[in-house]
Amino acid sequence: MESLMVVLVGVLVSVGTYLILSRNIIRIILGTAVLSHAVHLLILTVGGLKSGDVPILAHSDGPFTDALPQALILTAIVISFATTALLLVLAYRMYKTNGTDDVSELRGMPDE
Amino acid sequence: MNNVLVLPLIIPIITAVILVFLRDNIILQRIISLVTMVFVTSISVILLFAVQNEGIIKVDFGGWLPPFGILFVADSFSILLVIIASIVTIICLIYAFSTIGSRHERMFFYPFVLLLVAGVNGSFLTGDIFNLFVCFEVMLLASYVLIALGGEKVQLRESFKYVLINVVTSWIFLVSLAYLYGTLKTLNMAHIAQRVAEVGQDPLITTVAILFLVVFSIKAGLLLFFWLPGSYIVPPTAVQALFAALLTKVGVYALIRTFMLMFPLNQEVTHTLIGIMAGLTIIAGCMGALSGKDVYTIATYNVVIGVGFILIGLTIGTETAISGSIYYLIHDMLAKGLLFLLIGTMVYLTGETVVKRMSGLIQHYPLFGWIYFIVLLTLTGIPPFSGFVGKILIGQGAIESGSFILLAIGFASSVIVLYSLLRIFLASFFGETTVSEEDKRPIPKGVMVSFIFMTLLIIYVGVGAETLSIYVQDAARTLINPSIYIDAILEEGM
Repeated sequence: MESLMVVLVGVLVSVGTYLILSRNIIRIILGTAVLSHAVHLLILTVGGLKSGDVPILAHSDGPFTDALPQALILTAIVISFATTALLLVLAYRMYKTNGTDDVSELRGMPDE
Repeated sequence: MNNVLVLPLIIPIITAVILVFLRDNIILQRIISLVTMVFVTSISVILLFAVQNEGIIKVDFGGWLPPFGILFVADSFSILLVIIASIVTIICLIYAFSTIGSRHERMFFYPFVLLLVAGVNGSFLTGDIFNLFVCFEVMLLASYVLIALGGEKVQLRESFKYVLINVVTSWIFLVSLAYLYGTLKTLNMAHIAQRVAEVGQDPLITTVAILFLVVFSIKAGLLLFFWLPGSYIVPPTAVQALFAALLTKVGVYALIRTFMLMFPLNQEVTHTLIGIMAGLTIIAGCMGALSGKDVYTIATYNVVIGVGFILIGLTIGTETAISGSIYYLIHDMLAKGLLFLLIGTMVYLTGETVVKRMSGLIQHYPLFGWIYFIVLLTLTGIPPFSGFVGKILIGQGAIESGSFILLAIGFASSVIVLYSLLRIFLASFFGETTVSEEDKRPIPKGVMVSFIFMTLLIIYVGVGAETLSIYVQDAARTLINPSIYIDAILEEGM
């Protein structure tokens, strides 16, 4: 199961990298979103993928599920949500100001 | 008493939220933000004295004892940086009052400055590496907004690049956190240090350490500073000064903390790598500063040189060199902030950014000219100003440990810094003035107040280095002996 997850993370990272390297602003932003999903899955995998155990010590004697990765992922999701929202607003303003969503057309200083 | 430790983080956040509701009342916004920062500064000073008397202070949130909960830790190193960061913010706020313009002020400029400070202070104070990530993000989100505020074409393009680079960097940060958690199963900095010390730093942990090195190098502008010159030029002057003084320094702090506390064992690999990167950073920064034709380029590359120089101290890693690094870090925050304020004012006064097109500023603004001259001397490291103590201690450490190449690069860079800044001084301040007596723009009073305040601080750090030395030495001692830090955090929990 862990190996499968790691392969999935790898696929997501390559998809994200491909999207970030493209010229279209929306694709770049989607790329950052895919990358953040990849790292969330990585944290989950690293924490161990046991199922059926409880994370609370008092409720069982057996092996415990590590609850920390979920907490970390939750925080990271909130942060990546905020960043993506900001990036989208920024992209919209760039589109309104420049009339293009192609980053390669933004080169050069205004006085050149 | 311990709970006071969260105030440098929580007070700016609460005030920022309140200020959002006072959008139209600009005067009230100014007063509240200034009072908040003065309050944060005084609390930090009280905390510094408390750390001297009682040793390292910590507060465990929600009563969860380490290593299970998140905690804030104040040792001399972090609290010194909190103080300097808050003071620099006060000065940048005073500068902003008379220059930033009501358009920015109405678009929540002050709340975002306060959120930035909250993130910076949180990064300095936290004792949990995931919390460090969160505080970094708080700081970065505020900086994204501050850099884009204004919405000019160049600003939008540069801020998009800046945001994208930082998103990718934060992503690498998360990846390295995942690997760290996978190998050591803990995120508390002191606990990480303890576990690394117990099991030894095997190649896997060193790899994780190098991932962290990459992350913090991008944030600090160590070698991977390709994003820095473009993005530091576009925002208004007060924001530039804040960024130059605070953002890269948080990265430097994280590097020092990571490699002195958590991963100190495999120095042949990690510290050699940092040394090579610091040397190359200085060389590249010098080339940039020499080739720059406009004042902004020269100033931004000077930031890069400063980062390289501080990290020479980390590479050498003796107590002398580390205290040199701390002195230099304090000096760099003050002097780079002032440099950017001065450069921005020069551009405001002349309407030009190219060095050659300005001339004769000192005839109309003598005090302004001499303050620039003092900053020039400070950044070069000439006594009695603040850069001298740091440079001499790092140099002494380098000689003691025989790192002569880094020593040569570091001190040669001083000459380049002198040349690049002196070129501005000679070309722009001396010579025939291009503006007639009637046409000259007056410098606003608030701007002069902020300059004089900052200059006095620089002179104080230089002349009064002796009064600071007990704190700096304590900070260096704690960094050199990680066991002091580890024991202070973990003694109750274990």
